[in-house]
Amino acid sequence: MLGIDDKILEVDKAFEIVFWPCVMDGKVRDVERLPDRSIDLCLFNGSIRTSEQEYMAHLLRAKSKVLVAFGSCAHEGCIPGLANLHTREEIFHTCYLDSPSTENPGGVVPRTETEVPEGTLRLPLFYDTVQTLDQTVEVDYYLPGCPPEADRIWEALVAVLENELPPKGSVIGPTTTVCDECKRTRSEKRIQGFKRTWEVIPDEETCLLEQGLVCCGIATRAGCGALCPQVNSPCIGCYGPNAGVKDFGARMMSALASVIDATDPDEIEAILARGVPDPVGTFYRFSLPHSLLRRARGSSGGNGRKEVRHA
Amino acid sequence: MERPAFEPRIIGFFCNWCSYRAADLAGTSRIKYAPNVHNIRVMCTGRVDPTFVLEAFARGADGVLIAGCHPGECHYMEQNYKALRRVTPLGRTLRRLGIEEERLRLIWASAAEGPQLAAAIDAMVEAVRPLGPLAWSENWKRSPAAEEAVASAAREHAEAMEVSP
Repeated sequence: MLGIDDKILEVDKAFEIVFWPCVMDGKVRDVERLPDRSIDLCLFNGSIRTSEQEYMAHLLRAKSKVLVAFGSCAHEGCIPGLANLHTREEIFHTCYLDSPSTENPGGVVPRTETEVPEGTLRLPLFYDTVQTLDQTVEVDYYLPGCPPEADRIWEALVAVLENELPPKGSVIGPTTTVCDECKRTRSEKRIQGFKRTWEVIPDEETCLLEQGLVCCGIATRAGCGALCPQVNSPCIGCYGPNAGVKDFGARMMSALASVIDATDPDEIEAILARGVPDPVGTFYRFSLPHSLLRRARGSSGGNGRKEVRHA
Repeated sequence: MERPAFEPRIIGFFCNWCSYRAADLAGTSRIKYAPNVHNIRVMCTGRVDPTFVLEAFARGADGVLIAGCHPGECHYMEQNYKALRRVTPLGRTLRRLGIEEERLRLIWASAAEGPQLAAAIDAMVEAVRPLGPLAWSENWKRSPAAEEAVASAAREHAEAMEVSP
């Protein structure tokens, strides 16, 4: 948000900021005391995976006229969404009990209530699943991106002030893909193998996908100015899908299918196994909570089998 | 009380020119085969977007069968290869999430292969049956204690944050 530099002073002139934990001292109790729908605009960032976060989502929805899911976490789940590959039990086990550098002989894991001599200590409940803001409350608009770029933020603020907003439920932003903003030269794509980013220093003029890097720009909404391809790094899809696309990963898989130059099943399998060894991380790096995908009950090994891991 | 045996619900995407005709042939030949597949006719397996497969699972399918023309025989030249190139990463993604590979199958069946298609459908149903229902949308259910925990946040703020004069 502060990426808009000195325009923040304009924001300060136009709005009274009532709650911004990163920047100013504000109390949740003061927000709770506001009349409903008295906050003109709420930019809500972050996904929902604890009861505290859910509480704030409901609170700010009640108190706000316009609620914007700000950034990839609120919009799609973002990278923390990849935790949805595992259950809370598995996560706690690794984080608090099992990792190589963990010393926790007492087996202490976070609990919602702990009795101490002074009274009861409380922690929020850690949910089993990361969810997006719109899976928790009704969202009016989305500003995608990890992070949303300063120019898009400014345009959204201006749109709110001038009351020139798109239909409710829309993303505030372009409706083309990153390719549209990317200045590299494109010709026909016939890819016989993908390269990992550490395997090659790409040339700076040609389309990265044509050079064999898995660039998600073909499936990703524009808005960032193709910043990553500009510095020789393939797009990883942080702006999420373009308009009308229900599932980012499905779209990306479909896009890659169109450019892979192979017809033999073994060859196709080999190209994908080598070039995309982590399909969920590549296709759903930012969008797993928002996608249609769900983990199967009791899954763990990642090999399609319902294994019960050590408790 | 005896529970009914689980009957897998499988969504089938069959291409107009080959596999759908094979299904027709199986029907007119009075071949008996498992009734568990709900057929959806598409013009070509190349029309099958991975989103269709995910939607099918999300809406309660236990399996998805995609059946198209044999390699080299696609009515639209090469689009069955595109289906193959889509299903491969999709299958790998699903496996990472614990969804068994038997639940998504891509097969080839020409218009004359009524009996073969019927046999393939039977095989798929029997492969999915022991896996049980997928019940995808059940798996990301809300934590049972969530309501109480969210309500508790409001109470905690009231207790902890009020400063008595």
